[in-house]
Amino acid sequence: MYQYDEYDQRIVDERVAQFADQTRRYLAGELSEDEFRPLRLQNGLYIQRHAPMLRIAVPYGNLNSTQLRTLGHIARTYDRGYGHITTRQNIQFNWPRLEDVPEILDLLAKVQMHAIQTSGNCIRNVTSDPFAGVAPDEHVDPRPWCEILRQWSTFHPEFAFLPRKFKIAVNGAREDRAVIQVHDIGLDIVRNAAGELGFRVLVGGGLGRTPIIGEEVAAFVPWQQILNYCEAVLRVYNLHGRRDNAYKARIKILVKALGVTEFARQVEEEFAHLKDGPSTLTQAEIDRVASRFNDPVLSALEADAGYRAQLVADKAFAAWARRSVRGHRVAGYASVVLSLKPYGVAPGDLTAEQFDAVADLADRYAFGEVRSTHEQNIVLASVREADLHQLWQDARAIGLATPNIGLLTDIIACPGGDFCALANAKSIPIANAIQDRFDDLDHLFDIGELEINISGCMNACGHHHVGHIGILGVDKNGAEFYQVTVGGEQGNQAALGKVIGPSFAAAEMPDVISSLINNYIDNRQDDERFIDTVRRIGVESFKTRVYAERSARQQAGESAHV
Amino acid sequence: MSEIIKSGRVQADEWTVLRLAEGDDPAAVALPAGRVIVPLAVWLARRDALHAQAEAGVLGVWLAGNEDPAVLAGDLSALALIAVDFPKFADGRGYSIATLLRTRHGYGGELRAIGDVLRDQFFFLLRCGFSVLQPREGKYSAAQLEAALTSLRDFSEPYQGAVDRPEPLFRRQPRTPLHKEAA
Repeated sequence: MYQYDEYDQRIVDERVAQFADQTRRYLAGELSEDEFRPLRLQNGLYIQRHAPMLRIAVPYGNLNSTQLRTLGHIARTYDRGYGHITTRQNIQFNWPRLEDVPEILDLLAKVQMHAIQTSGNCIRNVTSDPFAGVAPDEHVDPRPWCEILRQWSTFHPEFAFLPRKFKIAVNGAREDRAVIQVHDIGLDIVRNAAGELGFRVLVGGGLGRTPIIGEEVAAFVPWQQILNYCEAVLRVYNLHGRRDNAYKARIKILVKALGVTEFARQVEEEFAHLKDGPSTLTQAEIDRVASRFNDPVLSALEADAGYRAQLVADKAFAAWARRSVRGHRVAGYASVVLSLKPYGVAPGDLTAEQFDAVADLADRYAFGEVRSTHEQNIVLASVREADLHQLWQDARAIGLATPNIGLLTDIIACPGGDFCALANAKSIPIANAIQDRFDDLDHLFDIGELEINISGCMNACGHHHVGHIGILGVDKNGAEFYQVTVGGEQGNQAALGKVIGPSFAAAEMPDVISSLINNYIDNRQDDERFIDTVRRIGVESFKTRVYAERSARQQAGESAHV
Repeated sequence: MSEIIKSGRVQADEWTVLRLAEGDDPAAVALPAGRVIVPLAVWLARRDALHAQAEAGVLGVWLAGNEDPAVLAGDLSALALIAVDFPKFADGRGYSIATLLRTRHGYGGELRAIGDVLRDQFFFLLRCGFSVLQPREGKYSAAQLEAALTSLRDFSEPYQGAVDRPEPLFRRQPRTPLHKEAA
């Protein structure tokens, strides 16, 4: 992964000093609550239900084993023994004391980490494909581009106080695994007819209160110009985005208000002045950044006979491998997804011991590196096939080998009402109740690929709009209720789910999911996935089934009480 | 008299910022004596009458966040001082307005940040081309303002180009690929 040079290091060191002084002034009463808030947010520090929450940047999900051990140490020393992987590939700690945060940031800076711009109305952590650099369907490695964007956006003086937060994602593969269509800027690395590299630029996607799929504003921006083009987009937004209403302040609202044609015209007009300016990228800079990733040099290996024999001989291993092992661009290697969705645990949580143990796995099997995913799991990008069986056993010993990747129980969930001050309702207990209902592995395998995404409020951190089944916590006269959507999807076919009807009480949720699943099983053809069936037969049939079975349950409940 | 930060030092200020009260007529409102920074509306309403004062360096113009700096494009050579107002420190439009004045319109005179100007934004303001920072009067004690000067230098080598250093870090400094460093 990217290794800092002296300038990268100096910037995070200077940030630590700056924030330590800001915290000192706040605690001394020199900075008011209102003045400190944006400063701490731009350093990932929220004041939450129980304590501050510190969100640490994991640039495009890349972590090394040294960093993992530092995170484990932080979990143990400053938190209650665990950390949480977010849906934007970052890591959150829910229990640090404000006074300790400067010290934590100092520890992070020593391992080339920081919390810069992980919150606040600024350009956030750039996200990407967790299989970047190793995916067989990738045409260009997005990581150097992500790093170039990270550097450009870090403390960008013009864009530190935008109308609202701003998220950028980059995809370089045939299948988009970075959900670029629901980002403020989605960058798709493409080649034009002449074979030159550039970016298709989408703007104005986003989830939250007003979910919108991003629209194309440029079909091809030459790679040299991408920072200039992004600057043009950001300047138009910074000057004209709404600042009177936080709910209407995202760039998607501006794009909708102007219309994408007019928005694109304004961006082009701005870009005309910036094109070929000093921020124009050079091949030397791209090569320099790429070199600092220091990727292991892999040569193709013979397909491992032992691995294939183990797949046949060991049914449990084969079940795990089917879900967790992915193809790799180099023969004889594979990528592995470690599941952070064992039953009964908050999705995406890792204990201090698991941070250390994952670091050990990374050192032993994966060249010392891992990636966090927006689905809140961990990827080991490059593992020799010959090591997979032993890796599986080791992962199982630390509870990270649940064979449910991509299945119903691999639930994306925000921290929800248990932790988050914004939430209307809890997320984690709903996830756990659903996992409980579907704890039979054979049943789970039979249901097949299915994404359930849960958000505790409109802000949609759990990406519920793009879940095949989306669950949104809502407040109904002070009680926690859940609205269900069906038909959302991420990736190339990104789509927003449709609300099926009135919301449900928490206790009803496992039954609601059962109704949806049963309707799918009764209607599916051949090896159709849940989402394929929804697309073919429509949402109505699912809706009818859910509410009919709900009425039946309510009537049965009433007659039982007579 | 308020204090300003200019050339890296705290200095006494000689200018008065005129803000219109509700119902004030930009064409008729009385201007305070001495050096004055008037709202754009006043300048546009009375440009001919005020031109000589601007040329003499005793009258400047300030822009609100929703005002397009291009409106002043023809007046820039006459104006020795333009200010940009920050109604709230978290309202970042002024950074783009300053950048446009310096880069697009080539304004070379004094560019002043007024309004809710706080020390934790000093670094960003300087980078976007402001040459004078004017914190809200009474916001900082003399000692606090002296201490705040360190915020002008929060970061020594920023990554991206901006008005103060138009070239990004990779053009300003030799940055080494990894294999060369290891060798």
